[in-house]
Amino acid sequence: MGAATMPRMQVWRHPEFARGAREMTGTALGIAAWGLVTGVAMAKSGLALPLCVLMSLIVFAGSAQLAALPLLAGGAPLWVIWAAALCVNLRFVIFSAGWRPYFAHLPRWHRLRVAYFAADLNYVLFLRRFPDPKPAPEQLPYFWGGMACNWTAWQVPSLIGILLSHRIPASWGLGFAGTLALLGITCSLLTERATWVAAVVAGCAAVAAYALPLKLNILVAIAAAVAIGLLMDHATPRRIVPVDDRT
Amino acid sequence: MTTLEGVIAIVGLALITVATRGFFLIPERELPLPAWLQQGLRYAPLAALVAVVAPEIVMTQGQLISTLKDARLPAVAVAMAYFYWRRDILGTIISGTSTLLLLKLGFGW
Repeated sequence: MGAATMPRMQVWRHPEFARGAREMTGTALGIAAWGLVTGVAMAKSGLALPLCVLMSLIVFAGSAQLAALPLLAGGAPLWVIWAAALCVNLRFVIFSAGWRPYFAHLPRWHRLRVAYFAADLNYVLFLRRFPDPKPAPEQLPYFWGGMACNWTAWQVPSLIGILLSHRIPASWGLGFAGTLALLGITCSLLTERATWVAAVVAGCAAVAAYALPLKLNILVAIAAAVAIGLLMDHATPRRIVPVDDRT
Repeated sequence: MTTLEGVIAIVGLALITVATRGFFLIPERELPLPAWLQQGLRYAPLAALVAVVAPEIVMTQGQLISTLKDARLPAVAVAMAYFYWRRDILGTIISGTSTLLLLKLGFGW
């Protein structure tokens, strides 16, 4: 490890580690409810319990797990299972382009670890905290703090859900708690008119394209929102900041 | 499906997790990404969130809901009102879920 990586102790003693964790605790209840629901769904899919536990612990991507489960339990060919998970995870490919300016300077092994743990909410909260795409020393501690909270809030209830699946009735409406957590974060991102418009367009696109398989409606919504966002950014000459492009 | 096949499938899924989340982060060389696309990417997280949330609120089994007497709508209204009042996500979750449960279990919506 080069000088670019801090010793582990220092990372989690950094005040930004606590801040990252704290900003994630608000949504932790929603993540936990969602983890529990996913755990129950995994156990009820008919996959053997040890495999469910392994899947929860190492795959660490709820919607991809839910997409892969029925295929896995139904004995689908491996490439079909993997292709399904790949499609559901395509949004992460888009997010990874957003991570690059912050973490490209890290050694590759470190980047791999960051990438593995970089779930949706980590990305959303990180970009809210550091909107300017430039590296800064407090970013890694913030990332790992949020990740520690998110990972725990997801894995513990997920394992409980797998082990106690028959005791948790679907009527509790637990999945809705996860939706509300995302709704709260969405509201916190609606800061200006352009973001409202992008959100409405994304919502309509996601509902209209819902019939697409493998949650591809999420990609349609992202494409629509990025397109309308770019249009608005170029149509309204607000606060013109000269772009410093070194060409 | 044997246990070994299951383990192989699951290890493959874990590799897909890291490959997709690191797609543009893992290569050493800078990948040519047009400036307009990088600028537009700031809308991506918001869009992904809305894309997950919206169908959960206004759809049932793939169909747009046809009645306003759906417990999710008041629950979302209460949750959003709470969020803009207090800016607190934990309370947003609790107020919305309580409204949903009250309407569903208490009033049979």
